[in-house]
Amino acid sequence: MGEPVRLTVNGTERAIAAEPSTPLLTVLRSVLGLTATHFGCGSNQCGACNVLLDGYAVASCDTPLWAAAGKHVTTLEGLGTPEKPHPLQSAFMAEQAMQCGYCISGVLISAAALLNANPDPSEAQVRAALDRNLCRCGAHNRMVRAVLRAARGGR
Amino acid sequence: MAYQIATGAGGDRPRLPGSLHVNRRLSQWLRIRRAGYVEITSGKVELGQGILTALRQIAADELDVSLDRVRLVPASTAHSPDEGVTSGSLSVQESGTALRYACAEARAIYLAAAARKLGVSVETLRIEDGEIAGPGNLSTSYWELADDALLAREATGAVAPKPAGDRRLAGNAAARVDIPDKVFGRARFLHDLVLPEMLHGRVLRPPSIGATLESLDKHAGRLPGVVAVVRDGSFVGVVAETEAVAKKAVERLRSVAVWRTCKSLPDAADIPSWLKAQPVETTVVASRSGAPLPATRTVRREYTKPFLAHASIGPSCAIAHWRGGGVHVRTHSQGVYNLQADLALALGAARERVTVEHVEGAGCYGHNGADDVALDAALLARAADGRPVRVQWSREDELGWAPFGPAMLVAIEADLDADGEVVAWRHQAWSNGHSIRPGRAKTPTLLAAAHLAKPFEQIAAINAPLAAGGGAERNAVPEYDFPSLHVVNHRVLTMPLRASALRSLGALANVFALEQMVDEIAAERGENPVAYRLRHLSDPRARAVIERAAVRAGWSGRKRVEGTGFGIAYARYKATGAYCAVVAEVEAEREIRVQRLVIAVDVGEVINPDGVANQIEGGAIQATSWTLKEAVQFDRERVTSDTWETYPILRFSEVPAVEIDIIARPDEKPLGAGEAAQGPVAAAIANAVNDALGIRIRDLPITPERIVAAMG
Repeated sequence: MGEPVRLTVNGTERAIAAEPSTPLLTVLRSVLGLTATHFGCGSNQCGACNVLLDGYAVASCDTPLWAAAGKHVTTLEGLGTPEKPHPLQSAFMAEQAMQCGYCISGVLISAAALLNANPDPSEAQVRAALDRNLCRCGAHNRMVRAVLRAARGGR
Repeated sequence: MAYQIATGAGGDRPRLPGSLHVNRRLSQWLRIRRAGYVEITSGKVELGQGILTALRQIAADELDVSLDRVRLVPASTAHSPDEGVTSGSLSVQESGTALRYACAEARAIYLAAAARKLGVSVETLRIEDGEIAGPGNLSTSYWELADDALLAREATGAVAPKPAGDRRLAGNAAARVDIPDKVFGRARFLHDLVLPEMLHGRVLRPPSIGATLESLDKHAGRLPGVVAVVRDGSFVGVVAETEAVAKKAVERLRSVAVWRTCKSLPDAADIPSWLKAQPVETTVVASRSGAPLPATRTVRREYTKPFLAHASIGPSCAIAHWRGGGVHVRTHSQGVYNLQADLALALGAARERVTVEHVEGAGCYGHNGADDVALDAALLARAADGRPVRVQWSREDELGWAPFGPAMLVAIEADLDADGEVVAWRHQAWSNGHSIRPGRAKTPTLLAAAHLAKPFEQIAAINAPLAAGGGAERNAVPEYDFPSLHVVNHRVLTMPLRASALRSLGALANVFALEQMVDEIAAERGENPVAYRLRHLSDPRARAVIERAAVRAGWSGRKRVEGTGFGIAYARYKATGAYCAVVAEVEAEREIRVQRLVIAVDVGEVINPDGVANQIEGGAIQATSWTLKEAVQFDRERVTSDTWETYPILRFSEVPAVEIDIIARPDEKPLGAGEAAQGPVAAAIANAVNDALGIRIRDLPITPERIVAAMG
């Protein structure tokens, strides 16, 4: 193992002593203990492990640690807190926008990336932005409503 | 067993409501805590359906306390009432009813204790958020009186719960208790639990179903960080310090393992012929003969449904920990006692040595891999020297090795008179049984149990008795007033793929078949399909959902647009559960897009309307996915649809708008909502496809290839 890989996770600088090829998901969950980001498939097909990498939603399961070097990673834990929730977190509570909630971390991250790029999306744009996130419980429409609510400032 | 409870185990003692009948001690259901809260214990578990919230609403109402004073203790074989399995949409019916009566009786017991303490009569007391006030300034509270001895007795069932009109919480939407944790990413899932000293396990799956391991060089798996390589017959796994090392070691073992493979699976391209060719156990589900009427012709149709995967987004997970001669298993199984029984059998351990505790998992839609992974973890943890072992399945394990909802063939014959009216109806279904749930047989049904050096024989899946909802035969009996009918179920006794309960069981295929057939018969008479159904149904609650759905969807006033169609379907789930009518609106081009589903539902008393809406909508969207996209693929050796690319499900851009109308019936008994919509949704979509294109697709899923073939 060579030099530790430096990156910023939820605003805190970290030096990670791990093989550079280690999936970012493994680093987040097993090294940093950030368990909001979930394993779903391991091959970038379901969106459950999405995190923000310099503001873009990426699947952390097939993003190697080296690809995050020097970048800012945001997980659901870094999106907001109960005291200072992200508008998406407030909106998802208001709309009761989930069933089991296993996919919700990845969905919130994809939605946050969308709102960063487009603060006032149409419903079709929200659906397109979430299309790589799979939900098996059928809570899609509630989640779309919640994203639109967040974009409207919670109304 | 859920269906034993439903049909009345519990001996000869007086009948008590819901699961109270077989779990009669009040202390099994609730405890009042001095610190100012109530602990309630249910044998039912949270599957993402929001049951925890509904049960809290019920308890808070009966006890006159606020919702946040009610805490739910996770189910465990160490202390919970045995309510069998959380399945069949029975949680509110069984657990909610029990809890309501137990809490009503507990309230009366505490009121009596308060009256004794204050020296006044019970009638003079009022309870508000647990504070008990009497005449003048006299007061006490549940918390002051809290004493476990007060509830250490059997329920009598003699205290009536409050009338519907006096309930403050039940019937109103309540925010789910688990949602804040989930939006802030606070660990609630078993998958996120990290125990001190925890190790990680992974299993090497055979290259084909039924393959046996001939030789294995275990040294190949001994990488740095590997704690143990476990082999028991054809069961092989690794225990390691990290999940990544366990995974790498399993891949090394895979490359050196020598297997005897076998071709045990049928031809995936012709499942109906395979089903019909197998040995079966045939039962008559229902039969009635009206006065013989002259039939002029007979319509014969066949409908099919493929094997379906549960396909939860979170692969199954368990943590097992051996200590003091016993094993403690954390699981997201639907039934802690059932799993305990099968683990004890498979591990050769006394049942009391196996403790099974529920922790929330990802969405559960029936008997999935949750129980199987628990045995994997328990077997691997035996080699972990007293450290806990966590196993999470891979995506390929989850889609390839968990039980499947079984394939079905349904053949219907209708004898019609000169007016095209049905005079006799015959329905036959071929299918594996719909349950290999653990805890019900003399041998364990868990996946790894068949792979051990002394393997347990795999039993063919069974069907629950019809009185408890049945399995393959669920909803096979039409509710329409046909003069004669004969319904038969052929339980297929060979089981090449493990088949078990998937949401709605046989109702999906049976309703898909019979509601299309009814539509076809109405169309041949030139009759409106809504009017036809109403004309043959007398139950006012059935008629109400159909009428409501049709009105709300704008059925009668709609304008015909080229390439679009409307379809309706109806069923009362299990014939004793929720009433549900669905109008589907589709756009049919190269592929079918479901634009809108309008659903009217009657679930009796509604505890949490938002919870019911969420369950109905989720079920409808999942059923849309089944109807348009899903089929388990396999070759002669193994399941090949073990990724999201090969087993696609409905995506955000494909999800229809869903409108739900809940018909409130506060004085009727509460019925489950999770499985009411699936059958009607599939049939309504098929009927809408016919309306749009003039073709009948009788095989699920309704794919572009099938549309093209039917268009000729």
